[in-house]
Amino acid sequence: MKETVLEQEILLLKGLARNDKKSTEEIYKQHYNLIQALVVNNNGTADDARDIFQEAMVVLFEKARSGTFELNCQIKTYLYSVAKRLWLKKLQQQSRFTEEWNDAGSLVRVDDDLEAHEQKDQDYNLMHHSIQHLGEPCKSLLEAFYFKKKSMQEIAEAFGYTNSENAKTQKYKCLMRLKKIFFSQYKK
Amino acid sequence: MHEHDNILLTEAVERYISGEMTPDERLHFENLRKADSEIDQMVVTHTLFMQRMNRYNEWQKFHASLNEIHTDLATQGTIDSPARKGKARLAYLYNRYKRVASIAASIAGLTALLVSAILWSVTPKSHNAQIETLSKKFSSLENKSRKQAEEINSLKNSHTPDPKTPEITYSSRGTSFMIDSKGLLVTNAHVIQNATNVAVASNTGTEYFAEVVYTDPVRDIALLKITDKDFKPLPPVPYGFSRKMADLAEPVFTMGYPREDEEIAYTQGYLSAKTGFNGDTLSCQIQISANRGNSGSPILNNEGDVIGILNGRQKDQEGVAFFIRSKNLYNILNEVKGKGKTDTTIQSVKLNTKSSIISLNRTQQAKKIQDYVFMVKVS
Repeated sequence: MKETVLEQEILLLKGLARNDKKSTEEIYKQHYNLIQALVVNNNGTADDARDIFQEAMVVLFEKARSGTFELNCQIKTYLYSVAKRLWLKKLQQQSRFTEEWNDAGSLVRVDDDLEAHEQKDQDYNLMHHSIQHLGEPCKSLLEAFYFKKKSMQEIAEAFGYTNSENAKTQKYKCLMRLKKIFFSQYKK
Repeated sequence: MHEHDNILLTEAVERYISGEMTPDERLHFENLRKADSEIDQMVVTHTLFMQRMNRYNEWQKFHASLNEIHTDLATQGTIDSPARKGKARLAYLYNRYKRVASIAASIAGLTALLVSAILWSVTPKSHNAQIETLSKKFSSLENKSRKQAEEINSLKNSHTPDPKTPEITYSSRGTSFMIDSKGLLVTNAHVIQNATNVAVASNTGTEYFAEVVYTDPVRDIALLKITDKDFKPLPPVPYGFSRKMADLAEPVFTMGYPREDEEIAYTQGYLSAKTGFNGDTLSCQIQISANRGNSGSPILNNEGDVIGILNGRQKDQEGVAFFIRSKNLYNILNEVKGKGKTDTTIQSVKLNTKSSIISLNRTQQAKKIQDYVFMVKVS
C-alpha cells in the first residue's frame, strides 16, 4: 500500500516539474485545506493562506524541477513544513505574532531549500522589475522570442521589421539593454 | 568588437547553453572559450542571465496555472477558499480584463489619432508649417493593429502579475535633459502637448514616470518632474547654463534620442544665425543634422555650457535647425518662482552656471552628459 502512495507521489512530482496542469491540480486539491487551516488558525486570512500555499508550491516546483526531491517524506509533510516557515516569517515581518502556535502536522528540515528559494525569489523580482522598465517594443520583442518561442521571421512580421536580420539586430540590442538593467542591480 | 560579430557570438552562446550545438561545433566553441578569456567571461554571465530569464518565464507560467486552478477549485467547492468578494474580486476582475481595457484604450487612441490626422490634412497650411517640430510620432498604424491582434491572441494565456503598473503604450517621443539632478527636466512644450501619460527613460533604458509641472507653448518650453519612487537623484548636473548669445560659427553639439532603437545619439554642428525662423529672437539657427525625436535636446558649446534647447528644423533645407536660447529658461524659472504657489522642486531649483566639464575633451564631455539626457515618452 505504501509503495503505491510513493509511486503516485513520484508521478505527481514529475508532472509538477513539467508544469502539467492535472498534477498541479491534484496536489492543490489534496493539500490546500491543510495549509489554509494552518494559516487561518494562526492569525491569518484566507488570502494570506492562498499566498502562502502558492509560494510553498513554487518551492516544491523548484524542488521537483531540480530533480533533488528525495522522497524521505511525503509531499504533504514537505508543503506543510515550508508553508509554516514562510508564514512565521511573514508574521514576523509584519510584527504580527500568534500567541499560541496551533500546530498539527509533522515537520521536516527545509532550511536549505528556503534559503535557495529566497535567492531565486529575489532574482525573479529583479528580472520582473528589469523587464517592466525596459519599455516597448523591446519588452514584447524579447517576450515573443524567449518566452513564446516565436521565430525571427514571425517576429519580423508581427513587429513590422523588413526582414528577420533586422529583427535579430533589434532583438540583440534589446537583450543587451535588459542585461544592462538587470546586472546594474544584480551585483549589489 | 563589431556589432555583427557580437550578435553572432550571442547566438552561439545561446545555442551552446541550450545544447543545440553539434559535437564538432561544441568542441570548436570550447577551444574558443579557452583561448579568449573575454569570450569565456561572456559565456559565464550570459549563462547566468539566461538561467534567470528562463526561470522567470517558468515561474510566471506556473503562477498563472496556480491561480487558474485555485479559482476553479474554489468555484467547484473542492477547496474551502471563500469566493472572492469586494475588493479582492475587483482586483481579480481588473487583472482579468485589464488587457481588454488596454486594447480598448489604444483603439480609442487610434481613433483620436485618425481624427486629428484628418483634421490636420484639411487645415490650411500656415506659414509656420514650414517648420517641422521634431517630436517623433509612431505612425505605423498597420504595425500597431498587428500588435493588437497578437495581444488579443495571447489574451487567454496572458498573465500580468503586477496590477500596480498597467501597461502604457507610448505614442510619441522626444528628448529632455536635467536642469536639477533631483529629477527636474526640461523639454519642448510641443513634445508633451496633449499628453495623458509621460515617462522618461535614461540612456541605460530605465523608465521612470514623470509629470508635467510647467508648460509654455509660446516659448515651447516645458518642465517635467520625475515622480517615480524608483528614481534616485543623480550627482549635480555637469553642464552649466549660459545666458550669453553664442557667436556666429561657434561649434555646438547635442545628444538626444532620434533613433528607432532608442539608443542615445551624438551630433555636432555650428551656429549659423543669431535669430530663429523668420527673425524670431527667442531662438537661434544652427547647422546640425537633427532628426525627429531630437526635440528637447540640449545644445551645448565647447565649454560644456547649455546655450539652448533644440526645438525644430526647417523642412525644405537640409541641416537647418533651431534652438530656444537658455536665457528663456532663466526667465521662465524667475517668472514661476515670482508667482509662488508652484511645485516645490521648481521653487528650490537653481540653474548651474559653472560647467564642470569645461576642461574635458568632447568624448569625455559626452560621457558625462549622457546620464542627464532622457528620452521622453508620451501617450
